[in-house]
Amino acid sequence: MTNWFRFSSPQTFFPLAGAMAPWFFAAAIAFGAAGLYIGFFVAPTDAQQGEAYRIIFIHVAAAWMSMFLYLAMAFWAGVGLVFNTRLSAMMAQALAPTGALMTFIALWTGALWGKPTWGTWWVWDARLTSELILLFLYLGFMALQAAIDEPRRADKAGAVLALVGAVNVPIIYFSVKWWNTLHQGASVSLMAAPTMAKTMLWGMLMMALSFWMYALGAVLVRVRSIMLERERHTDWVAAYLEQPR
Amino acid sequence: MNWNGWSGFWSMGGYGLYVWGSYAVTALVFAAEIAALRARRRATLQRLLRLKRSGVIGGTNGGNGGTRDEAQT
Repeated sequence: MTNWFRFSSPQTFFPLAGAMAPWFFAAAIAFGAAGLYIGFFVAPTDAQQGEAYRIIFIHVAAAWMSMFLYLAMAFWAGVGLVFNTRLSAMMAQALAPTGALMTFIALWTGALWGKPTWGTWWVWDARLTSELILLFLYLGFMALQAAIDEPRRADKAGAVLALVGAVNVPIIYFSVKWWNTLHQGASVSLMAAPTMAKTMLWGMLMMALSFWMYALGAVLVRVRSIMLERERHTDWVAAYLEQPR
Repeated sequence: MNWNGWSGFWSMGGYGLYVWGSYAVTALVFAAEIAALRARRRATLQRLLRLKRSGVIGGTNGGNGGTRDEAQT
């Protein structure tokens, strides 16, 4: 049987991450090609929104990832806080920039979708405001980590911020239900049948998978740099520097 | 097939600016992140190799503690 705890040590996880990252990028390209093909050439024109709705394929994928990556970041930060494991804090640190970029994409594409459909780039509605707060939480986490010189203290402070901010994620998710918002309700729900054409749904799922795979690849590449920096006094980094791959 | 030729594809039923503005910026963000990741990896390796050459890390007494190197990152 494989001892999975082995992979929680930086020195075993480092080569594993390096080996996996290219496969995640390849999967991102494959799912992305399928998603774009379905999104532009198979999915029909929307009866109400015309072609403008085609922004959905990246908007929803980015919005899902923005929330999912935050939860992953808070999870690893929390694990690091409780068990004092080195790798968990590095994972949290590696997730933040990609999460922030996904949040930015969700907001940007949302603005470009809002203009033709609502007549405005931005409105202070519950969904949009809570997603903007998510962006500030990511940026705050990164700024806090960068501002504290001592890495272990930076990890602890960042973890507290990440965990407290996690309460924002369910607020984003349920905001369209809890408040009477301009933003439309969920297109896909675990509880109910989808309210959209099957092909639109498939395009969305393919793009979501693509963004997910991309995020995994990017985070693994970033965590490798972080590991090298923070583990630089160890023998395994010294050995790696003899023959960096 | 939804489009009558390329011009129909690019105009997106009049929403071209919004649709392509979304897709273009998304592609740009991913490309920039990948470039930043490569640059960071290169910079990290260069810095560590320099520290290793000057004996700050990785030497026989490089082990744990004792020597202080540049900024604690």
